[in-house]
Amino acid sequence: MGIVKGDQMVLNIGPQHPSTHGVLRLKVVTDGEIVSDIEPIIGYLHRCFEKHCENSTYEQVIPFTDRCDYIASMNNNFGYVVAMEKLMEIKVPDRVEYIRVIMAELNRIASHLLALGVYGLDVGAFTPFLYMFRDRERILDIFELTCGARLLYNYMWVGGLSHDLPVGFVETVYGFLDYFEPKLKEYNEILTYNKIFIERTADVGVLPPEVAISYGVSGPNLRGSGVKWDLRKDEPYSVYERFDFDIPIGEGTVGTTGDCWDRFYVRMLEITESAKILRQALKDLPQDGDVHQAIPKKIRPPKGSIYQRTESPRGDLAYYIISDGSPQPYRLKMRSPAFTALSVLNEISRGWMLSDVIAILGSLDIVLGEIDR
Amino acid sequence: MIVDNLIDWFPTSAAWPGLTFIVAVILCAVPVFIFIAVYALVAIYGELKISSFIQDKVGPMGQGVGLHAWRWGLLQPVADALKLILKEDIIPSSADKKLFILAPFIVFIGAFIAFSALPFSQTLIIADMNIGIFYILAVSSLGVIGIILAGWSSNNKWSLYGAMRSAAQIVSYEIPAALSIVVVIMLTSTMSMQGIIQYQSGLVWGFLPNWLLFNNPFTFLAFFIFFISGVAECNRTPFDIPEAESELVAGAFTEYSGMRYAFFFLSEYANMFVVSGVAATAFMGGWQSPIPGMFNTPGWGLFWFISKSMFLIFMMIWFRWTFPRLRVDQLMDVCWKGFIPISLFNIFGVGIWYLLIG
Repeated sequence: MGIVKGDQMVLNIGPQHPSTHGVLRLKVVTDGEIVSDIEPIIGYLHRCFEKHCENSTYEQVIPFTDRCDYIASMNNNFGYVVAMEKLMEIKVPDRVEYIRVIMAELNRIASHLLALGVYGLDVGAFTPFLYMFRDRERILDIFELTCGARLLYNYMWVGGLSHDLPVGFVETVYGFLDYFEPKLKEYNEILTYNKIFIERTADVGVLPPEVAISYGVSGPNLRGSGVKWDLRKDEPYSVYERFDFDIPIGEGTVGTTGDCWDRFYVRMLEITESAKILRQALKDLPQDGDVHQAIPKKIRPPKGSIYQRTESPRGDLAYYIISDGSPQPYRLKMRSPAFTALSVLNEISRGWMLSDVIAILGSLDIVLGEIDR
Repeated sequence: MIVDNLIDWFPTSAAWPGLTFIVAVILCAVPVFIFIAVYALVAIYGELKISSFIQDKVGPMGQGVGLHAWRWGLLQPVADALKLILKEDIIPSSADKKLFILAPFIVFIGAFIAFSALPFSQTLIIADMNIGIFYILAVSSLGVIGIILAGWSSNNKWSLYGAMRSAAQIVSYEIPAALSIVVVIMLTSTMSMQGIIQYQSGLVWGFLPNWLLFNNPFTFLAFFIFFISGVAECNRTPFDIPEAESELVAGAFTEYSGMRYAFFFLSEYANMFVVSGVAATAFMGGWQSPIPGMFNTPGWGLFWFISKSMFLIFMMIWFRWTFPRLRVDQLMDVCWKGFIPISLFNIFGVGIWYLLIG
């Protein structure tokens, strides 16, 4: 944190602050309103995820993955089970793969809705937040219908799922999509194209593509900078190559490519793409297939290691698993996309105002559960 | 007017001539205080319910027992007020105690004494001064001293940020507000609140009431500049950067709780009424009926004045729950690069209009 000059002041944002998205602490050097340096201090939510995993069996790891990125638990489950199945060379039935994709995309919509709504809150617009939560609630209802839980699902198991779909599930999701898709227009009207919102976010906190790549930023933050990179397309896992969808990228519609508005809008467009995938997946969902059929009696992968990455709503979520042949992982490392996104904060918010730092932090959409693990 | 009537009515005390005056002032001040308290409860309830309708939720509905348990949650603001009164009074140990205690009262007094020149009806005005509108503009800027004191005495960096932002904002936005009022004074050639209202009787353009809002294009513009500057002076969204919850926690009021916080809250709502009342007086005909010649008794006058003010307060609440917040430099840009040049042009324009047409 360098030397603090006489006319500068060190300001602590957090850990108890309305817009640090959890328990993050930012040590900010300010000169009046202008911010010259930011040091994020993390670890307030550290729960020893990786060490816990080393002392749990492979099945017991899944609930821990739920608790990392608690906004998108399904996607965290998904990454882990894909890695484990690759390590153990398990072939799962198509029905299971389709259900997983449906759940992951529903959770992606829920996660983006939270990110967008809370971003509105960060720049002072309260109403869009409640609109988005109203609709997110319906997705949580669908999850509750499926597996009984609303936040931490423990739904995807190695080789299968904990429950098959309930009766009437497909109709419920179709009903949700028919209700939800027109609502996107409402969000755009109240927030995205609001003059004040554009003033606050356009040209602010520009993340150039080369900086983003050198810091390892991924997901919507990277795509907001105009880089077309999505693991669902570029390194397809599960059955993603069977669906037809686009990868939206930031184009600097109202400002510079890679500004806060682009990162915001890319998420908005991704919701539409997820809805597109959902409709295709619901149409092609195989009717037969037992979701418990491929679950191994005991999970004991052969000696070796695997690094599998998947596209979570926050970006490139990867699991590195080393197996020594015992029922417990020898080492389990999680590559957190929010962690790399936070690392770029200092780079892109130096020289901006205090209010902008909050806006930039919100546009990176971090989840402290995943950063601290 | 009421003060003068009371002074005339009292038998003059030979022992101490000042006594009559003090008694008359107190007799006027107590009902105003009660009015502010009741109005604040109504406005808070309105804020809760209107925000709920805007946000697709139900708002207070009367769940639970005790004070909440009445129809449509009508007693919710009473319960809120009671909660604030019963809370422990906390003064931070590192605070400047005297200033910390003084600050909420200064903020409140600024809003409170402005009420003495507000014309509620033809007869209901505490003091119809010949400089009434100037007086209101002057005293309503007293509140900023209280906010700076609150920010400084709290000994908290967030409070200081909020106070500095607030000072810059209020001082800046007073200029376009006052310049818009100059337009009104030019046309009416009086600064008395009743005089301004009397000017606005009759019809204009054949069918509209002769309110200054409709009088000519320049006054139409002046109304919007005055009202938006007023919103900024009240620190309401989209100009609520001094409180800026997501940035500054609660700005200058971060360290305040309980009754002291309630006073800031009360002053905010009282300020909203003052701004709306002045806008209604100067541009919307005050207690004049919207249908000229009808409903013009003092009773109706009170009704029209309160209705017009409440409509403008409704607009402020609507803004608050629709817009995001501006940044501090953009806020200053809007004022210095937008409103002030337009206001100056407005004064020039209305002068030309007055010479050629009016």
